[in-house]
Amino acid sequence: MQKYSIFNLVKNAFSNHENWDLAWKDPTPKEEYDVVIIGGGGHGLATAYYLAKEHNITKVAIIEKGWIGGGNVGRNTTIIRSNYMHDENALFSEFGMDLWRKMSQDLNYNVMFSPRGIINLAHSDAQMNAYARRGNSMRLNGIDAVLLNREQVKEIIPMADFSENVRFPIFGGLMQPSAGTARHDAVAWGYARQADSMGVDIIQNCEVTGFDVTAGKINGIRTSRGNIKTKKVGLCVAGSTNILAEKLNMTLPIETHLLQACVSEPVKPILDRVVTFGAGHFYISQSDKGEMVMGGDLDGYNSYAQRGNLPTLQHVLTEGIAMMPFLSKLKMLRTWGGIMDMSMDGSPIIDKTHIDGLYLNCGWCYGGFKATPASGWTFAHTIAQDRVHELNAGFSLNRFSTGHLIDEKGLGTKTWIS
Amino acid sequence: MLHIKCPYCGMRSQNEFSYGGDASVKRPELNKEISDEEWDNFVYNRKSLRGKHLELWQHLSGCRQWIKVERDTATHEIFNTYKADEEIS
Repeated sequence: MQKYSIFNLVKNAFSNHENWDLAWKDPTPKEEYDVVIIGGGGHGLATAYYLAKEHNITKVAIIEKGWIGGGNVGRNTTIIRSNYMHDENALFSEFGMDLWRKMSQDLNYNVMFSPRGIINLAHSDAQMNAYARRGNSMRLNGIDAVLLNREQVKEIIPMADFSENVRFPIFGGLMQPSAGTARHDAVAWGYARQADSMGVDIIQNCEVTGFDVTAGKINGIRTSRGNIKTKKVGLCVAGSTNILAEKLNMTLPIETHLLQACVSEPVKPILDRVVTFGAGHFYISQSDKGEMVMGGDLDGYNSYAQRGNLPTLQHVLTEGIAMMPFLSKLKMLRTWGGIMDMSMDGSPIIDKTHIDGLYLNCGWCYGGFKATPASGWTFAHTIAQDRVHELNAGFSLNRFSTGHLIDEKGLGTKTWIS
Repeated sequence: MLHIKCPYCGMRSQNEFSYGGDASVKRPELNKEISDEEWDNFVYNRKSLRGKHLELWQHLSGCRQWIKVERDTATHEIFNTYKADEEIS
């Protein structure tokens, strides 16, 4: 594989950049693979990469219905953080933070990781107390957390509404300085390029139509481009999890819901952090192009549409304007939606299943993007070793029966309530 | 925006309604031995169909009645609405 470097950049400039290698191939599916990963999104691509890199398993195929990076890895708001209270989520995400820091070097691909910090705003004394508690839990798990008072927040984001008579005054906030953003497409492409170079077949425009299961064991999959034999299948399909589960006669603690995001027209640099509104559900950051990147609530009813509805967008942006009034002057450039695999306790599932050789990776809710490296790493371990790693041991499928829920937000099973 | 026909009030905007989830989920019957699996299916497990989906909505900012709506989860087309206790053939 051609290394991306300043020397190669200069060298290729002389030939008008017409002689670069393709970043990944377009192979036809082989008859058999050691492992088949279904879903060529961030998690699927990362899983294949870590299977090859950490476990030396390279006879791997990624089967993608559309094109790689066309789903949620290209539709999120690029936020990376590990500001969780519960041990399972905190340790898993913090492990991921370390992978994020090394990712550009590791993949030889600039993922533009920008640890600019995230601030969760608090709008009452009670919320300050809750954030102090969460911050303490984070610090006990080795994660950086700083509790900010009103004046400190004002110094960092003076453009927020600090006037006296607002409905939700800013009391302070909880900051994780090491959190940040990354360029989401680059993450997908970087993993794809490295996985491909180590021998992984990335098979696009190939839909999985069925599974061959005999005597509780997986023997292969059926696709729109023929049958593929394999003893191990990893499911990494986010919002389409239930569609494939139905083909396996499985009913999962997952509902598919639609989440929207949007960007404004590009403006000069004004916001150099990620900020979330604490009296509702709204988050914002500014991209390198200058667009304000915003998102918030689910549309609120089961949906596979990948396209949103205006009442939710209006509701979310009303919160945004309450927090940062200057947003009302901006024009909207683009809005879009992605379908989320909402789990019943808000935490993910990375586990084996009752079918031998079938592994499940789903339930990412609002937080799939930031989990990409840690999810791929632990899922690859689970598939390669046929047992869960201690980092994903808590993300078991049977925790819903045994009562070991990881209910980070205390929302219960109504996934559409935020 | 969705327009939902409340069986009591007629066609109204989505903004007047709140969502109540899958209407095909049945609580296990009382006074009967109930397995863990039945409880799991009631509390957690959902089919989350792509296509026709029967779901509960409440006309919260209207008559406050719970209703059932048959809606396509991919196209958002609403085929029919029913009263909550209405038998659906």
